[in-house]
Amino acid sequence: MIPTIDYIRILPELVVSVCGMMIMLADPVLPPSGNKKILGLIALAGVLAGLMATAIQAESYGNAFFDMVRVDAFSIFFHIVILLIALVVVLSSFDYLEVQRIKAGEYYALILFAAVGMMLMTSAIELVLIFIALEISSISTYILAGFRRRAAESAESSLKYFLLGSFATAFFLYGVAMVFGATGTTNVYRIAEVLTTQHSVVVYLAVALMFVGLGFKVASAPFHVWTPDVYEGAPAPVVGLMSTGPKAAAFAVLLRVLFATGAPGWFWLVWISAALSMTIGNIGALVQNNVKRLLAYSSIAHAGYLLVAFAAAKTAGISAAIFYAASYAAMNVGAFALVAHLSGRGERYVTLEDYAGLGRRSPLIAAMLTIFLISLIGIPVTGGFFAKFYVFSAALQSNLVGLTIIGMINSAIATYYYLRVIIYMYMRDERTEAPVMPIPAGLGVAVAISLIATIYLGVLPNRVLDDAVRAAQDLVK
Amino acid sequence: MNSYLLTILLLLPLVGALVLLPLRNRDQHRLIRQVSLAIGLIEFVLSFIPVYSIPPGSSGLKLEVFVPWIPHWNINYHVGVDGISIFLIHLITLLTPIGVLASWSEIKHQVKEFHILLFLLEVGVIGVFISLDLFFFFFWWEFGLIPLALLIGIWGHGRRIYAAVKFMLFTMGGSIFMLVAILWLYAHTGSFDIVALQRMVESGQLSLSFNTEKWLFLGFLVAFAVKLPMFPLHTWLPDAHTEAPTAGSADLAGVLLKLGAYGIIRICLPLFPNASHAAAPAIGVLSVIAIIYGALVAMVQPNLKRLVAYSSISHMGFVTLGLFSFTLIGFQGAVYVLLAHGLTSSALFVLCGMLYERRHTYEISQFGGLATPMPKYASLFLFTALGAIGLPLLCGFVGEFLVLAGSFQTQPGWAVWGATGVIFSACYLLWAYQRVFYGKITHPENRELPDLNHREQWVMVTMCALILWLGIHATFFLRRYEVSCQAILQQASPNVGTGATGTKQSQALNQPYRR
Repeated sequence: MIPTIDYIRILPELVVSVCGMMIMLADPVLPPSGNKKILGLIALAGVLAGLMATAIQAESYGNAFFDMVRVDAFSIFFHIVILLIALVVVLSSFDYLEVQRIKAGEYYALILFAAVGMMLMTSAIELVLIFIALEISSISTYILAGFRRRAAESAESSLKYFLLGSFATAFFLYGVAMVFGATGTTNVYRIAEVLTTQHSVVVYLAVALMFVGLGFKVASAPFHVWTPDVYEGAPAPVVGLMSTGPKAAAFAVLLRVLFATGAPGWFWLVWISAALSMTIGNIGALVQNNVKRLLAYSSIAHAGYLLVAFAAAKTAGISAAIFYAASYAAMNVGAFALVAHLSGRGERYVTLEDYAGLGRRSPLIAAMLTIFLISLIGIPVTGGFFAKFYVFSAALQSNLVGLTIIGMINSAIATYYYLRVIIYMYMRDERTEAPVMPIPAGLGVAVAISLIATIYLGVLPNRVLDDAVRAAQDLVK
Repeated sequence: MNSYLLTILLLLPLVGALVLLPLRNRDQHRLIRQVSLAIGLIEFVLSFIPVYSIPPGSSGLKLEVFVPWIPHWNINYHVGVDGISIFLIHLITLLTPIGVLASWSEIKHQVKEFHILLFLLEVGVIGVFISLDLFFFFFWWEFGLIPLALLIGIWGHGRRIYAAVKFMLFTMGGSIFMLVAILWLYAHTGSFDIVALQRMVESGQLSLSFNTEKWLFLGFLVAFAVKLPMFPLHTWLPDAHTEAPTAGSADLAGVLLKLGAYGIIRICLPLFPNASHAAAPAIGVLSVIAIIYGALVAMVQPNLKRLVAYSSISHMGFVTLGLFSFTLIGFQGAVYVLLAHGLTSSALFVLCGMLYERRHTYEISQFGGLATPMPKYASLFLFTALGAIGLPLLCGFVGEFLVLAGSFQTQPGWAVWGATGVIFSACYLLWAYQRVFYGKITHPENRELPDLNHREQWVMVTMCALILWLGIHATFFLRRYEVSCQAILQQASPNVGTGATGTKQSQALNQPYRR
């Protein structure tokens, strides 16, 4: 008999899945030509209910379902981050779907299922369950990436993501199998107990394999090759989701796998991957003219900064990574919401040229996008600044001088390409006919949420900072 | 009231930016300018209070506020002013309304955004000048970059985008080294507080090996040297100054360059005394190069605005020469050069802007004989130029004289070379003056140029009056920041045991300035 409290410990996942299924059921019942907005509203309600469920869950920390799931400060933190990302994505999709003439109702359901998978990734402490959760979120995003089915690049995006993604999850699964072979268990915390007494070479191999699998999900170099193509082809709001949600969740899993188990042998893997991601991401972004591709490379670079925090380890590094994941999510999902709005029917307007003169055509959108870009650069009053500050401060506390300097040089390089977008918006004369529509209500709320979050994290980070530290402490306890 | 004053001073321009937000660009240009001017003037008047809260000869930090901001990292909202920072704050609060007035008819599009950015820049600069916490200092240091880059890039002339990007990349590149140094200090002391860190250095609680100290010093110095700019890192300056709109150039030359010097005064010297002393010879050489090189390059500029820009490099050479002479006179002189140069160079940029509005060019060869159609302009230009040259009784003289007097005591060789800069500055400015204003009118379109209107006259008369006041009543300023300078010099004397000879020498030279 499973006690009720166990169900409360997976309440957000339950609530959101139920809403996702309701959308699937409601979709065929609705008239085929009719408005699908109601489905979006169900999705919205589902996300809000999920947030409420998380709040309820926060009262009952502990393990559930025979130690497969653990609710602690760590999982709660990531649940909130993921649900907020889903909220922004759902809100910014309302208008996007109409403009793109995408009528499929499963779109919203898939976003919710993806969110369920991601949430479960952060609360699962059983490697097999982590794998299942990873698959739930991955398969949903594979499909979502191909949702602009009339566009060839969207199909390419979906296929590429699917093939490479399943390849990568296989690596992860191999890693899990080897851990099981070496320690006789797949429970993260039991693995930790076993590893304190025995060391086997197989564990090193397992760590490396799992790092490959998760490195793919977070788009860190050298597993990043898919990122620009997939981001370019996928629908813009979905990219907003892909570049933040699965990333945050995969980083959460990586934190659990590396630090909660006390696994050995990850340091140089992380170090090299961090240095490579930052460098490849930033240098690749320098020459991009497509804003989505530019943000794709930037997302690789940000994965690198986050891995710097991993390399720093200890509580400071872990909480820096958690904080960074949250603030990166806030600024990137907001930026993509605006990119989605500006892209127009068929995503025709996504190059820098199309952004020329935006500062005059639509000062408000330009100003908001500027704030997100400033945050991505890491300039004060924004979350990006604090996050970067925290990461590098943690790295120096662990005496990672070399990695810090690589990171700093990279942030200087990064200034240039973000600045380029700002330059096009404000300093170039418009040359295209790209129309600018007024901001619809849903998008307005979505952008406002991410904007407020970005500035809140940049001016009054105390609260989130304390939460991140508590989450880090819970993780390694 | 007093404990809130600096906070009000910091936030008022931000309020100004918010007030401007709902105004419309389409039909409310005049209102936008009036509101901006009003807020700028209120801020200017408010900034008198700190000046009078520091009676002459007083020491220590005033109007200090200490509120925990991010307790988790031990970051605090720690602000305060001393005799040096109050006048620098005054400079920016003066130049903001001047900038609004100077761009009254120059800026024609996106007027609202222009003034908002001007206010944001003011917030950033004031933030740096009042910070006593390294994190907070860095926060505002970076904050000011974007508004200025946008000011240059959106409303500038010619190669504005190139100039804006170059400015941004240089300063970002520099400040990243500072960030590493700040983080290193934090990782090893757990504190961002400048005052606390300084005490740790003084009491020997934080004893850095000379090697570490050297690297930290260099980390900070690179950021400040880019901003100042010091000789090999100056190349962004001529572009940025030349392409920026008038208000941007005035702010840039008037205040932003001073941030670099202020950083050296507030952070480099007190926190890394040994490294500072060790670096003094090298910096002395670079200062002399900057003085002479800046002046020579200025002399051959065909572009009037570029000429003024290069003259800034030369003047900033005097600042570093004075600071690293480690004498009280030299130190006071360096701070005085900051104030004087802030006035004269921004006034010269405003004058250049007025000429550009009439003729749409800065090329000296396009002018000649302007004194005939524009007599008022010509005389005000001459007055300002003489101030910049350092004619006795005008502001430039006091600072440069003190710097040379101070550095002569410790580094006579450089002082001699530096002194040639005074002559060179007379050469390039007077020669340019001759080519622009005297002789026959060679270009017919210059014949009918209108002289200054009332607004322009008021702007320039105010600036000239201040230039004169700084020249005549120097003690008003010197007495107010003398003790602060002395305190910093005391902190900058090398630690006992590591450089005992230096301590003795610099104490002997730290005789107060006699009035």
